[in-house]
Amino acid sequence: MRRQIPIWICGVLGLLLVIQFFVPHQVSEDFLDKSNDWFRILTVFAFVIGIGSLIRLHARRISRRGENWRYSIAVIAGIVVMPLVALIDSIKASEFVTNGMWFEWFYFNFYVPLDATMFSLLAFFIASAAYRAFRTRTLDATLLLLAGIALMIGNAPFGNIFWDATLGKLPFLPNGFPTILGDWILVVPGMAAKRAILIGLALGAISQSLRILLGLDRAWMGG
Amino acid sequence: MKFEKMLQRIVVCALMLSFGSSIGFSQQPAPPSNVNAFDTPNDSGTSVTITWNKSADDGAGENSVIGYNVLRKTGNADFEVITKAPLNAASTRYIDKGATGGTAFTYVVQAVTTSEVKVDSMPTVPVKAVGNWYHTKKTTLLAAILFFSGVTLVFIQISRGGKKLFIRKIAGLDAVEEAVGRATEMGRPIFFVPGIGQLDSPGTIAGINIFEAVAGYAAADQTKLKAPCADPIVMNVMQNSLKEVYQAAGRPDLFQSEDVYFVNDRQFSYVAAVDGMITREKPAAIFLQGVFYAESLILSEVGNSVGAIQIAGTNQDTQLPFFITACDYTLLGEELYAASAYIKGDPLQIGTLKAQDLVKLILFVLLFAGTILALFDINWILSIFERKW
Repeated sequence: MRRQIPIWICGVLGLLLVIQFFVPHQVSEDFLDKSNDWFRILTVFAFVIGIGSLIRLHARRISRRGENWRYSIAVIAGIVVMPLVALIDSIKASEFVTNGMWFEWFYFNFYVPLDATMFSLLAFFIASAAYRAFRTRTLDATLLLLAGIALMIGNAPFGNIFWDATLGKLPFLPNGFPTILGDWILVVPGMAAKRAILIGLALGAISQSLRILLGLDRAWMGG
Repeated sequence: MKFEKMLQRIVVCALMLSFGSSIGFSQQPAPPSNVNAFDTPNDSGTSVTITWNKSADDGAGENSVIGYNVLRKTGNADFEVITKAPLNAASTRYIDKGATGGTAFTYVVQAVTTSEVKVDSMPTVPVKAVGNWYHTKKTTLLAAILFFSGVTLVFIQISRGGKKLFIRKIAGLDAVEEAVGRATEMGRPIFFVPGIGQLDSPGTIAGINIFEAVAGYAAADQTKLKAPCADPIVMNVMQNSLKEVYQAAGRPDLFQSEDVYFVNDRQFSYVAAVDGMITREKPAAIFLQGVFYAESLILSEVGNSVGAIQIAGTNQDTQLPFFITACDYTLLGEELYAASAYIKGDPLQIGTLKAQDLVKLILFVLLFAGTILALFDINWILSIFERKW
């Protein structure tokens, strides 16, 4: 019974939301809005549980002086300081504000640079991953390498200048050939493969949704 | 005397010219014709569509119409302009999205010239916006979903009848046991990273299915399994999954709720935390299964740097190349969603996979036939796939 009720709720609500997609009436739109509101409300409750779990984990690590416990101090400090400065800003402004001076100072001077640093690492990881992928040990890797070279030359201004000054002078090869080739790789074979994957993903998602609606797949309720 | 007469004539000519030109500029353009207002089909009952034939002076000479205003009124009230700025010349359609409240509205379309001269069309008959109970342009999609559902139910029945259905080998899923075994031999933990998606994403649910399989093998081998989550609901579900799996394996004592924990819901904060954990704890196996965006390569490259065996899968097609490059195994396309059926071997779920394969085959046949026919300018098959709403 404990399992059957959630499965029925999920099945019925899931079916109603599928029907909602085909019904443009205001009643249907209101139902969708209400469903989204409920989802947001539940997410807020879940956040309380999530943050509780995070604090418990790190507080325990600090109290037991567990491995790398000093990092946990930084986490707890972050959890305490940011709401605190938002509270100070709100007290100063005599109303609830989310863009107060102190909050924004911490946000733009701590969070934003750290966030940008993490994102910037992507450039270096792309280089290291590309290096490994381009080692020509198999036919696939060779094709990848050739496609990669064609795209790089096509996208770099120097590539076309060099081409036009050398091989581009040959009568059967057009000017700007690297760009033409690069675009062709992206638009024809690249797009074909991408669409094949997308069709598979879409069918897989529909199939999984049907399994959930029919109660065959119960992962969403934790086993 | 002659000079005075000449001056008189010049003044008269100048006055006539000035009068004539002023008449010319203020000459009214032809109004828009055939103005028609009707309830917008397939909407929630909040809009009216107005169509018209453009003014005969639209784009012609000095009286050129440079745009159109749409005016609206209810009952005996005065007309009010409802377009914020004149619509472009040559416009012949406007949707009034504020036609709410079940009120009947009357519309006129006003042609506007370069010299701001405005002329109204004939008013339309009063029109009321009505909500529709079925979106007629989604019929093809509805038929496709019903067909897919029907085929799925048929295959489920076939499976229920005891017929064994064949599904091809999926290397990435076969490698799950091997990866867990490797972690057991090395005495290091397993990391399961479910990505930054929420539970409303099919990709996240597919990832949780794989998590259950990994947890099953980890319970059998008594290997530590950790899952840092970016969404608290996903965390709750995965904690329950882990508990259930350990109980089913007869090892409830292995369950520790701290093994599945919330980290952060901000993309790069989450990545920084997980990368830190991977670097410090050096897991022997890492599963990246779920919804990933730009963090896919940052996570998988760090996993690669600690020498972990990595099995990835995502429903984000743009991230698949990164996973293929950095991970040992990658679940491609629908393989991610097949995990539940494949690993558990549940015949009913395998039935849904067979239905999926059949529909995919039908789609490919249609696409191939449509492409061939399109070469001969016969496009009805390809038109089935057009989005019409």
